[in-house]
Amino acid sequence: MLTDIAIIITKIMIVIGGTFTAVAYLILAERKVAGFVQERYGPNRVGIWGLLQPIADGVKTMLKEDITPAKANRIIYHLAPAMVLAPALVTFAVVPFGSGIDAFGRHIAFQIADINIGILFIFAITSIGVYGVVLGGWSSNNKYSLLGGVRSSAQMISYELALGLSVVGILLLTGSLRLNDIVEAQIGMWNVFRQPVAFMIFLVAVFAETNRLPFDLAESEQELIAGYHIEYSGFKYSMFMLGEYSNIITASALIVTLFFGGWTVPFIDVTKLGHLGAFLSVVSFAVKTGFFLFLYLWVRWTLPRFRYDQLMHLGWKILLPLALLNLLFTAAWITYV
Amino acid sequence: MESFVFYIFAFMVVAGGWVVIYSNNLIYSAFSLLFTFVGLAGLYGLLMADFIAATQILIYAGGVLILLLFGIMLTARKTSIEITQSNLPRLPGAIISSLIFLLLMVVIFSEPNWNSATNPGVKETVPVIGKLLMTKYLIPFELASILLLAALIGSVFIARREDS
Amino acid sequence: MLWDLGSVLMFMVTSLVIIGITLLIAKLFRRDNPTEEKLTSYECGEDPVGNPWVQFNIRFYVVALIFLIFEVEIVFLYPWATVFKEMGFFTFVEMMIFVGILLVGYAYVWVKGDLNWVLPKPKYTADFDYSNVPRFKKPDAEKARKLQAVE
Repeated sequence: MLTDIAIIITKIMIVIGGTFTAVAYLILAERKVAGFVQERYGPNRVGIWGLLQPIADGVKTMLKEDITPAKANRIIYHLAPAMVLAPALVTFAVVPFGSGIDAFGRHIAFQIADINIGILFIFAITSIGVYGVVLGGWSSNNKYSLLGGVRSSAQMISYELALGLSVVGILLLTGSLRLNDIVEAQIGMWNVFRQPVAFMIFLVAVFAETNRLPFDLAESEQELIAGYHIEYSGFKYSMFMLGEYSNIITASALIVTLFFGGWTVPFIDVTKLGHLGAFLSVVSFAVKTGFFLFLYLWVRWTLPRFRYDQLMHLGWKILLPLALLNLLFTAAWITYV
Repeated sequence: MESFVFYIFAFMVVAGGWVVIYSNNLIYSAFSLLFTFVGLAGLYGLLMADFIAATQILIYAGGVLILLLFGIMLTARKTSIEITQSNLPRLPGAIISSLIFLLLMVVIFSEPNWNSATNPGVKETVPVIGKLLMTKYLIPFELASILLLAALIGSVFIARREDS
Repeated sequence: MLWDLGSVLMFMVTSLVIIGITLLIAKLFRRDNPTEEKLTSYECGEDPVGNPWVQFNIRFYVVALIFLIFEVEIVFLYPWATVFKEMGFFTFVEMMIFVGILLVGYAYVWVKGDLNWVLPKPKYTADFDYSNVPRFKKPDAEKARKLQAVE
């Protein structure tokens, strides 16, 4: 029992520490990629290649003054950043990031909790994340932030439908909501080849869910300046940023888990290779996730922003019917073939 | 340990509900309703009803409450969100809530098969729910879609009429 | 299963504690020097005008309404999807009836235009008649010739 608890706590620490580190270097990578795309250097003063830049940034935001506007609603204003960051971290709890090892006389899965309703859990927690955005926007008592908060929450709920529906196709094939089952069902054949339409829908919807370009209407700089977190400063501001980037990491990990075989390695059965296999599985997961993180940055510096009516049109009139059709087709396929 | 967690969730539910009723600020009410919903989801989780717990958060916290917040933000903009509820109908309220409480108690004590540490129930709830929906509870399931349809058309109709 | 849910709970509590600790550390080290100007709402450097509670489109509310209904539908789809393979054709028909009934509602809101986002009519479009706008008036040829003649 005590060993179990110790293992769980270790896993939690590894995941949270890993997420924070990944977020820090994702931000650096974003700036580097931006520099590359725009033919400039990006951060290169703090450490070689600016590798210590995230630490400097972290210390800086910690030391910055934290302003609470006089007109803000204090309680909700202070709670909102935590309500963005906490769900963003917690969603990672059910994502399997490796095959697992046998140690201490038990099988240790590389996943914090292998709950039966994995996917549903992720959607549930993501839907809580909407509150931080809408309440942060409201409590700042600022026109821009209110507009940004309402816009982004409407956007998030619109794309949640397409997101939820696109996954049903995979569930039909796998017959389980448990993420580890979904990963193991993909040994030999990734879901992206079985469900290409669902993958496209999921990819687009997940970009909208994380409020990233081309769907970053919540914080569109040119009209809303920063959107829902306009009044936030100091560490609360960086909590919003941490939340946004942890969401991106979780989203990439989820794409990999659902469509690209998760921790499986093509042509190699890692479950039979012991510790080496476990290591390989984690590397495979990290490489695939890294690719989608790069895709996020690539898309951000390539595509322009949607207009709000285009966004709603895409979500409600294209993605949603497409997801329904995909579902119908998959169900018919399973029945007749 | 389990009972400790239970009391924390139960406290969340009750305290959240208390704030919902007695707060003068509509946004505080909506916000504490979130705690009530999350606490309820926790209680369902303790009963090993994981599907219900996730659904509780997904639909109530993620859908109903967002709708409430939008409603508040849309209507209360002109003056302020402070409200006072002075004409609390205490006696009818007390009667109705005690009747509901009685009904709940009857249901709870007439059902002997509660999941517990010694009687953990089914291992995976979702397939069981799926099977039951497709066989035993098929009619209510299909009726639910008609109910949803009516709710959708009716509410959108009303909202649109308010708009013009 | 309770063990797994417990680990999730532990994860939640840990992340909340970590967030709290970092906020506390930040509070200990940061400087705090609020002035009246700093505490005003940000409106691009101007003094804030009017009530921040701007009117926003009722369509946001309608969107949330439609979302809620379909969210319930999706939640019903999940348990069905997990048992579909073993239950076979009959459940397919049942689910199609369920989804079909809701599609009526979807078609209704589509046709009635609730999924459209109304755009403000732009004033200056391609076929706008610019000839009446003073600064777009064609230069007066007669006047110009006279001016040239004077020169």
